[in-house]
Amino acid sequence: MSQQPTTTKGGHPSGDNRFKLLDRAITKNQSRGDALIEVLHAAQGIFGFLENDLLVYIARSLKLPLSTVYGVATFYHFFRLKPKGEHTVVLCMGTACYVKGASGIQKSIEEHCKCKFGETTADNKISLIQARCVGSCGLAPVAVIDDNVAGKLTGEHALQRIKQWQSEPEEVTA
Amino acid sequence: MAVGTGGGDRMTVEELRELAEKEKTRQQEHKNRILYCSAAGCNSCGADATKAALARSLKENGLDGSCEVLGTGCMGLCGEGPLVKLQSDDTLYQKVDEGAAKKIVEEHLLHGAKVKENLVDTTAPFFSSQQKIVLENCGKINAESIEEYIAVGGYEALAKVLTELQPIEVIEEVRKSGLRGRGGAGYPTGLKWGIVHKAKSEQKYVICNADEGDPGAFMDRSVLEGDPHRILEGMAIAGYAIGANQGFIYIRAEYPLAIERLKLAIKQAERQGLLGNRIFESQFNFRIDLRIGAGAFVCGEETALLRSIEGRRGRPRPRPPYPSEKGLWGMPTLINNVETYANIAPIINRGNAWFASIGTPKSAGTKVFALAGNIKNTGLIEVPMGIPLRKVIFDIGGGTLDGTEFKAAQTGGPSGGCIPKEHLDLPVDYESLATVGSIMGSGGMIVMDSTSNMVDVAKYFMEFCKDESCGKCIPCRVGTVHIHGLLDKISRGEATKDDLALLEELCVTVMKTSLCGLGQSAPNPVRSTLRYFRQEYEQLLSKPVDYVPSADGRTTDNHL
Repeated sequence: MSQQPTTTKGGHPSGDNRFKLLDRAITKNQSRGDALIEVLHAAQGIFGFLENDLLVYIARSLKLPLSTVYGVATFYHFFRLKPKGEHTVVLCMGTACYVKGASGIQKSIEEHCKCKFGETTADNKISLIQARCVGSCGLAPVAVIDDNVAGKLTGEHALQRIKQWQSEPEEVTA
Repeated sequence: MAVGTGGGDRMTVEELRELAEKEKTRQQEHKNRILYCSAAGCNSCGADATKAALARSLKENGLDGSCEVLGTGCMGLCGEGPLVKLQSDDTLYQKVDEGAAKKIVEEHLLHGAKVKENLVDTTAPFFSSQQKIVLENCGKINAESIEEYIAVGGYEALAKVLTELQPIEVIEEVRKSGLRGRGGAGYPTGLKWGIVHKAKSEQKYVICNADEGDPGAFMDRSVLEGDPHRILEGMAIAGYAIGANQGFIYIRAEYPLAIERLKLAIKQAERQGLLGNRIFESQFNFRIDLRIGAGAFVCGEETALLRSIEGRRGRPRPRPPYPSEKGLWGMPTLINNVETYANIAPIINRGNAWFASIGTPKSAGTKVFALAGNIKNTGLIEVPMGIPLRKVIFDIGGGTLDGTEFKAAQTGGPSGGCIPKEHLDLPVDYESLATVGSIMGSGGMIVMDSTSNMVDVAKYFMEFCKDESCGKCIPCRVGTVHIHGLLDKISRGEATKDDLALLEELCVTVMKTSLCGLGQSAPNPVRSTLRYFRQEYEQLLSKPVDYVPSADGRTTDNHL
């Protein structure tokens, strides 16, 4: 981390406006240490993932040891410490999906993307995520592809979507 | 009148009834109420498009004034969505895409001819064998309207409790009903309430455990999405009974729709004065806040859940002291599951004798199951306790998919076990399931047919427990990894008889020495598949020769 935040008052020294949003979430919880999980949820919502610098900032704002903040952030699966790819495939590995052959789909996606679930492809295009259960067991096997639930999924269907993304031209990032 | 006059006005019982009447009149003004299922299952197969098509078609035919289109909670038949129901003549339609939606409006509404292709036979056993208490409003009322909940008798139980009953009488009512915790373990609810009531403290808390982590279970989510006010009412009654003024709902972050609906429901109840200060002009104050989980299975364990609400890592602690004595921030705390709270209002309204008459003497009432896996009718069902398993799977579930044979039903998720076909006539209640080595669990029921390999199933659950172990106690942290390794070795066909013996021994060790429920129950899927499908394990063992250490000095635990 090149920048060390020196103060918690008046936002972040980098002048990044997103910290103002985060400050608002912290104030809403009266800067209470027991609101750590709520604050981390808010931070991930604003920044997309939890960078080390951000964890330091939260620790100072809530007057908690950094070890506690880091401990909580790494304990829960929901919090991401690395950025997400441009697209995501969340494959449900719940019992119903498993019984209906989710592991076969997993294998074919992994082979195609040359990347395991839990990782992001080298070109930062696709994040493969495993879910415990998305609760749409009636439609097993299920995947959440870019926030849309795709039920009664087959390996071909999933690969079709992925190939479509891969053929897209590179997005110009600002 | 509290309505419309804004925040926090107190409502009287008369005003509640007035509001119910007003809403009923409003509903009657609409000749047809078209309900579409807006729960997660139907949502993911295009319920939004169906709704839009219905609305568009109504407008085109000039019916938009006399009909209303409403999103409800789960209608049950999740595998056949999107589902649409016409409330006037109770017609249920399945797989309603945009074309079918148009047809329903043009043929059924305009000309009174039902659309045969999409019609669901509601006299089929899937519907007639069910008995709905917890889910009675799911799929019938608009989940986002407090008025609709009040119109079907909502908050009457809270009014009755606050104006007519003493806290101890409420607890007595719940105790006599025979209601047991629906989270899985089945602890008598009235007894638990009594303990927290007796605990002496200035501050007490009521917690609703909505951290439904079992893979293959979606009952709690469906109740929260379809009838959120029922939970708020149940929690408020519990708060009055035990003397708490603050409630928390701990819900998974993976359920965004349920979170949204709960937030809305809390806001509506506060606005009507049904949560807040001096509810129904009594001395009782009660507030409810949401706490969003962050994806840790162990947080369904009550002491871990408490830590998570306190903003820490969700790691269990030894009990006693139980949360009923020392819970959230050291205060006496009542923790019940979503489904348990959902049963409270009906018990108060209809009396303990009515509830006790349903189900079996030891397991009263009904149980909601999420039926999934290799079965024809997947979805959400509610059946009286004590119903034979065969009836659930073959009558309600319609049996396994074509051409396959029923092998086992898995209940209780990673903490439960398998019930093989020789026990199909077993009554589904807490005690009977325990006798065959499974548990009631929170209500996930996965059906496996001849295509499922039981060693793989056990390995699947152990992989889950291994990942979800919080790492605090050694038997669970290390034991689950070793059990998984042994299972992997067996499934690769490299294991020997000794490995199988080691596996069995390890299961007992982990079960007996782990700190919390996660570790204590983690070996259950292995033990239960070993008990009923041992031959599948044995088939995979390498030639039953006496074990000889290999030349490179590897020992039997080389699975690591």
